[in-house]
Amino acid sequence: MTFIPKPKVRNPSLPRNDLGLTRRDYEGALSTLCAGCGHDSITAALTEAIWGESLEPQNLVKLSGIGCSSKTTAYFVSGGHGFNSVHGRMPSIAMGANAANRNLHYIGVSGDGDTLSIGLGQFCHAIRRNLNMLYVIENNGVYGLTKGQFSASADIGSKAKKGDVNRQPPIDPVLLAMNLGASFIARSFSGDKAQLVPLLQAGLRHRGFALIDVISPCVTFNDHEGSTKSYAYTREHYEPVVNADFVPLQREIVADYAPGETLPIVMHDGSRIVLHKVARDYDPTDRVAASAYIQARLKEGEFLTGLLYVDPTQKEFHELNDTPDVPLNSLAPEVLSPGSRGLERILARYR
Amino acid sequence: MPPTDTSHPDYYHRVVDCQWACPAHTDVPEYIRLIAQGRFTDAYMVNRQANVFPGILGRVCDRPCEPACRRSRVEDKPVAICRLKRVAADHKDEFVSRLPKIPAVKNGKHVACIGAGTASLTVANDLLPLGYRVTIFEQFGEPGGLMRTNIPSFRLPQAVLDEEIGVIIGMGADLKLNHPVKSMRELLAHGGFDAVFVGSGAPKGKELKLPGREEGAANIHIGIEWLESVAFEHVKSIGREVLIIGVGNTAMDCCRTSLRLGAQHVKVMARKPRQFFKASDWELDDAEEENVGIIVNRSPKRFVVENGRLTGMLFDVMEYDLDGAGRITAERVTGEEFFAADDVILAIGQENAFPWIERDLGIEFDKWSVPAVDPVTFQSTRPGVFFGGDAAFGPKNIIWAVEHGHQAAISIHRHCQGEAVTERLAPGVNLQSRKMGMHEWSYSNDYNPAERRLMPHVSLKERFKKLDIEVELGYTAEQTAAEVQRCLNCDIQTVFEAKLCIECDACIDICPTDCLTITADGPEAELRTRLRAPAKNPDQLLYVSAPLKQTGRVMVKDEDLCVHCGLCAERCPTAAWDMQKSHVAWPHAEDQPPSCQPSLPKIA
Repeated sequence: MTFIPKPKVRNPSLPRNDLGLTRRDYEGALSTLCAGCGHDSITAALTEAIWGESLEPQNLVKLSGIGCSSKTTAYFVSGGHGFNSVHGRMPSIAMGANAANRNLHYIGVSGDGDTLSIGLGQFCHAIRRNLNMLYVIENNGVYGLTKGQFSASADIGSKAKKGDVNRQPPIDPVLLAMNLGASFIARSFSGDKAQLVPLLQAGLRHRGFALIDVISPCVTFNDHEGSTKSYAYTREHYEPVVNADFVPLQREIVADYAPGETLPIVMHDGSRIVLHKVARDYDPTDRVAASAYIQARLKEGEFLTGLLYVDPTQKEFHELNDTPDVPLNSLAPEVLSPGSRGLERILARYR
Repeated sequence: MPPTDTSHPDYYHRVVDCQWACPAHTDVPEYIRLIAQGRFTDAYMVNRQANVFPGILGRVCDRPCEPACRRSRVEDKPVAICRLKRVAADHKDEFVSRLPKIPAVKNGKHVACIGAGTASLTVANDLLPLGYRVTIFEQFGEPGGLMRTNIPSFRLPQAVLDEEIGVIIGMGADLKLNHPVKSMRELLAHGGFDAVFVGSGAPKGKELKLPGREEGAANIHIGIEWLESVAFEHVKSIGREVLIIGVGNTAMDCCRTSLRLGAQHVKVMARKPRQFFKASDWELDDAEEENVGIIVNRSPKRFVVENGRLTGMLFDVMEYDLDGAGRITAERVTGEEFFAADDVILAIGQENAFPWIERDLGIEFDKWSVPAVDPVTFQSTRPGVFFGGDAAFGPKNIIWAVEHGHQAAISIHRHCQGEAVTERLAPGVNLQSRKMGMHEWSYSNDYNPAERRLMPHVSLKERFKKLDIEVELGYTAEQTAAEVQRCLNCDIQTVFEAKLCIECDACIDICPTDCLTITADGPEAELRTRLRAPAKNPDQLLYVSAPLKQTGRVMVKDEDLCVHCGLCAERCPTAAWDMQKSHVAWPHAEDQPPSCQPSLPKIA
């Protein structure tokens, strides 16, 4: 962390988005994380992605649970709405907020502890409901806030700072989401913004549950030799298979892509994600094959990154439940409230 | 791009824009920090080391440092460097005891300086502590040269001049006043000097030969000569209506002096539009504050004399065509206009004049009477004869004359010790970390958004009562305290160690001015376009690191807008970035290698 806030002074040649704002306008409070924390890089990537999408800050909802990762929602887009929930319970809050107002953009930021240990049940059900949100796991394999114990995502054989070796198998959020039927699954690395920013943008535009598992080295407790989630180890073993290039609705696809290697995916609003397949035999639209491929590579110690699976046609929560098209706060009281007669009728159904 | 060689002394020197722009390489950020701590005498000494006359320059320096100041690129107004220099000078305590001791036993070498102006005084300042005898010949009855004769006392009080010149004379210079050198041949042949330094300035004001010049001579004055007469109180009044021809800084001094000698209406006449004026912006502002009229696009045609007396001047009314870059592509006369005047002052430039140097002494001159002087050694074509200040390359300004003096002193020292004047000590840079603790730096690294403080002035009503009422009052304590915090501490360098970097992006994310990027290497022009914020200022350097360990990419820093807040170093988990103070060692005569030190006679 730093002890002085980032000065307001800025570079006059910074680019501006459609709203006339620069990246600096999307910043948040002073980070209190350790210097060099991967989470701060993800915060910067989120800032960049939200700025690049020209989202209006007041249309953004930032949600989190407990942990180092969950502090970070304070560090971007000060003008957005925020909710820092009980440990592992962020999906419930997101669920409630989303049910009440479907027009906002929901970003949940969680960690490997918050998601894969205490919050695993909530995480699974948010996927099951295909809740329309971007869910970012800042995954570092340790409980940093309690001084670096192994988390549920620590790999077998990974060494702790003091030398202990992890013997329990990890829960891989990507494989879990594959099995649970998630509609957008990606993995990336905090140290690769060129890959991460377009993924975040695609996730923001995806209608449904967009999971991005981001390897985010813990610079204090998990960045040593023997760790499988250090900067150096991650760089050696991560293997991009599909790079995403998010193309907003307004922009034409101008680049000339070689057939067979690219795959344009049309989103519900007509915008597109152009996928560049680095591995030619990888198919990010075939859940079974993709899942097998990921597991095969994991066995060899390599973890695949990029947009690993996407299906823009799956129905999300509101479609599945036939809810009103508009936010509840825009409905008149008489529409929202059934009245005493209506209540009688409802209760009668259960008698 | 090849990795940047930061061991070259120029690299970090150039980052300190003010110091790089200062001809004398004054360590500006260092003295501003000392002022911030209330250490005025220390701040004065840091200044004096480089520029010798901080009190004088703190008032009337041409301030090449200020347009260069990084703050003017980050915001719009530079740090008031010159005003702060004056703060140090005004509030210093006794400092003479800190100056080098003058050896009681001399080294046997004797140097003549011609003219007691800035350059000669600097030569004396540098050579006296090394045991030289220095004799200064001055044509007038007081030392100071153009600093005394051409800068009016309402801008530069005599007391300030006297103090700073007095210190140098007090070091034991043999000052011969009212002693113009009439013949260089005589001096070289019979003076008994081991070296001669010519610092006689550019004392000849340019003439404007137009019809009526001779008839109206009684009321047509050459600017610098007229200012000189005012300084020595030979002239005490001027007519009600005064026209000044020319728009340089001398013109500004002439118009403001006229107002103090009884002129009621003063107009400065310019041939070209305002953007072509030579005067510094602040001198124009100060003149306009005193209601001097500035008339543009009027080209002098003739002096109008009636009944043997000047009544005014006739001007051509000019019109100019400008191209996109603001250059004049065509000009035409669209009419003429008469301006009434009781007196006209010509301030259209000045020239060197050396009628007293015989042309057969081996000292070569070009056809404009400018001597052939080596720009590094300041030696003329005759070994042992050196030039400096305005005498060397024509009119510049005080701070240049100081640096000429320093460099000439090195040459004179080497010459007198029988060493080649061309083999000079190269400048160097030392770096020293400013890290004090986890997040502590021994400088104030937080960016302060304060705006530039305005110099308080004596009221318009008061200031004309006497010629020598200093108009600028100097900063108050509160103004000083605010202004010092505007300095960005550009000398606290961001020093990068590529082999320590783990490419976590922390520095890039925190940099407030987006001047850092980790990216694939490439040719500079192309690299400049794909940084986090494009590097559009080609005058500012790019730092490119060696390839980074994990990915082989490079760290690139665009120096242009770095505010030296140190956040990159605070955020860096591996201390790959550090904040280190650069000290530019700019050699003076005293720093020359030991072989060049005077061999003092042994005392039994």
